[in-house]
Amino acid sequence: MQKLGEFKLPPFFNYPPYFTLQPVRETREKQVQLWKDLILDFCRNQKIFIISLEEDFPLFSNSAIERSLSHEAKVVFLSALVTDGRAEWMDKGHKKCLILWMRIQDWADYILRFVRENGLEDGVMTVEDIRSGFETRGTELAGIDRGVLMRALKLLEQKGKAVIFKGNSADDEGVKFSA
Amino acid sequence: MATTASLFKRHKGLQGGWHYGPSSNGSTASLFKGDEHSNGYNISQSDLAMKSSSGRILPLFLLPNNSTAALQSYQPPMTSIPRLPAASVTTSCRPIFISGEVERYLLPGVDLESDGSDRPTLLLPFQSSLLVLTSHRLVFIDEASASAREIALSAIIHAFPLKKSMSIRSMFASPRVRLQVSISNDGTISEKGTKSSVVTLVMRGKNTDPDVFYGKFMEVLRSREWELTASAANQGSTGLEGSSSSGSGVNDLRITMPVVGVSGILRKEQETWESTDKSLQDAFQDLNALMSKAKEMVQLAEKMRQKLLTTGSNSQGSSNDEEMGSKQDMQDWLLSVGIASPVTKETAGALYHQQLSRQLADFVKMPLEKAGGMITLVDVYCLFNRARGTELISPEDLLQACALWEKFDVPVLMRKFDSGVKVIQNKSHSDDEVFARISSLAQKPDALRKGISPSDAAFTLGIAPALAKEHLLSAESRGLLCRDVSAEGLRFYINLFNEIDSANIYTIKSHGLLNAWQLATTVSV
Repeated sequence: MQKLGEFKLPPFFNYPPYFTLQPVRETREKQVQLWKDLILDFCRNQKIFIISLEEDFPLFSNSAIERSLSHEAKVVFLSALVTDGRAEWMDKGHKKCLILWMRIQDWADYILRFVRENGLEDGVMTVEDIRSGFETRGTELAGIDRGVLMRALKLLEQKGKAVIFKGNSADDEGVKFSA
Repeated sequence: MATTASLFKRHKGLQGGWHYGPSSNGSTASLFKGDEHSNGYNISQSDLAMKSSSGRILPLFLLPNNSTAALQSYQPPMTSIPRLPAASVTTSCRPIFISGEVERYLLPGVDLESDGSDRPTLLLPFQSSLLVLTSHRLVFIDEASASAREIALSAIIHAFPLKKSMSIRSMFASPRVRLQVSISNDGTISEKGTKSSVVTLVMRGKNTDPDVFYGKFMEVLRSREWELTASAANQGSTGLEGSSSSGSGVNDLRITMPVVGVSGILRKEQETWESTDKSLQDAFQDLNALMSKAKEMVQLAEKMRQKLLTTGSNSQGSSNDEEMGSKQDMQDWLLSVGIASPVTKETAGALYHQQLSRQLADFVKMPLEKAGGMITLVDVYCLFNRARGTELISPEDLLQACALWEKFDVPVLMRKFDSGVKVIQNKSHSDDEVFARISSLAQKPDALRKGISPSDAAFTLGIAPALAKEHLLSAESRGLLCRDVSAEGLRFYINLFNEIDSANIYTIKSHGLLNAWQLATTVSV
């Protein structure tokens, strides 16, 4: 089985037509579906939040069979994810794409659950703590994209589950969770 | 039976003492009084007429022999209707020509009636047939029943001139051409008959010009090409050794020297060369002459090919490749010089596209077989025009001819692919069969590893690469194949997407297509 880092690649990753955008509608639909799932799985596994089309993304080429996706193909697959609500374009030129292998809502739920399980209500944590602190090591929150985290926290704030405030230093913000 | 002399005398009111004999130039018959050098009357066809008891003017006929007492008077009408032998047609209702026969004119809407009694009877089992005038026959074709009848031109004794009366009745009536034909004992119209009858061609087609037809008809009757074919068959000569009718006049004047020894052989070679040269010159001076020389040209080409073959086998083998190349060219060229009697605007007029369409349908059968059932329109255009020789057709004519096939019952059709490529294919051609072959080709281990390119498919299927690509594209749009675009170009693989289970992408069922693919691809690594 081929691997990309720690990620196990499925067998059809070696099927050359997988890397050519198929013109026939039915075949195309199937191809798009497989790529969407693969991108999400890979990003979840590798904790990748942003795909930049101007850089090489390891999933988009297979050196063993000497094939890579064309720019058009990448745009098609990422746009499909955007349509599904699992990704967002970060710029008008569609050069950077934010991959939501977990939706913002799901992140919010995850944070709340984490807070509860670790008894962190009524405590104050900095945003940076959540991202790279001791408590979150080993959880999905470790290494979370800052933008995603802020949005999830804001969502919690809207629901009244958390309060975000500016910290002492100009750099960081803090969060206080309530039960 | 009355003799010419007595009939003429009665007709012209001459008194006795006259006798009948050939005139001094031997071409007409004359009546003489006394010895040959005194006054005589030349008798021509129009002079001879007889009034029957019912008051009708009956013509009498001078037979070509013009020998004394060779006059045959008009026979009383046959009580049975003369019959026409059947003629064979192709599946596209075109007449099947014998060797050397060339089509000269087409006339639609023709009926054939017998002239026996006052009420004319139909001689053809169908009405409003298509009359094809060839150098050898009159063929009456009924497209509805795909059958035909014929009258051999050799059976026509005489064709009456067109009547040019100014009566109002004749202006609205269909033009008619009356022919005297010879009939055998069983009533069939044939050359060696002992009796005769008169039949009438009635031209009921609209916009037909009877004078043009009649002119062509007389021309064909005069040239008597069926006799050439017969004599060529009898003698077995090639027509270039000086025995063809057109060259015979020249050769008769040539002083024949004794053919002895080496010099004799050389002289014979020289004569052959000269006659060939002259034949070529005559042929190319006049395109019409070329048409009639077409047969000779083909024979000349055949001789050249034979020469090529013999020199090829004699050579040491150093230049064998070149010889083989030109030999192959010659053979291909000879094969393609297949149409000796093309349908032209001149012969067919308003029927041009229809008849062209039918001729094309006949012609295209053999190339279709060679090409495996499907051939591009461009290829057909080249082949068809090459076979026609001088009377080329334009691309528009070809397109129209193909479009007309929908209206007739011919075994071929034109088809346009999504990419715009137009092809001609047999009606019996099955797409599914081709797809099955492509599918099995795509599942071979090599194809599973590397895919199929259009040239691979062309090679395996035995068809042209352009067509192979069309088939691969069709198979792709049906979901049988997937494309792979890379630095190596466009290739096609068997479609595995349908085999992949989205919920279980890491597991592969045994005995499936995906499994076969995996086995084939991992082995190579």
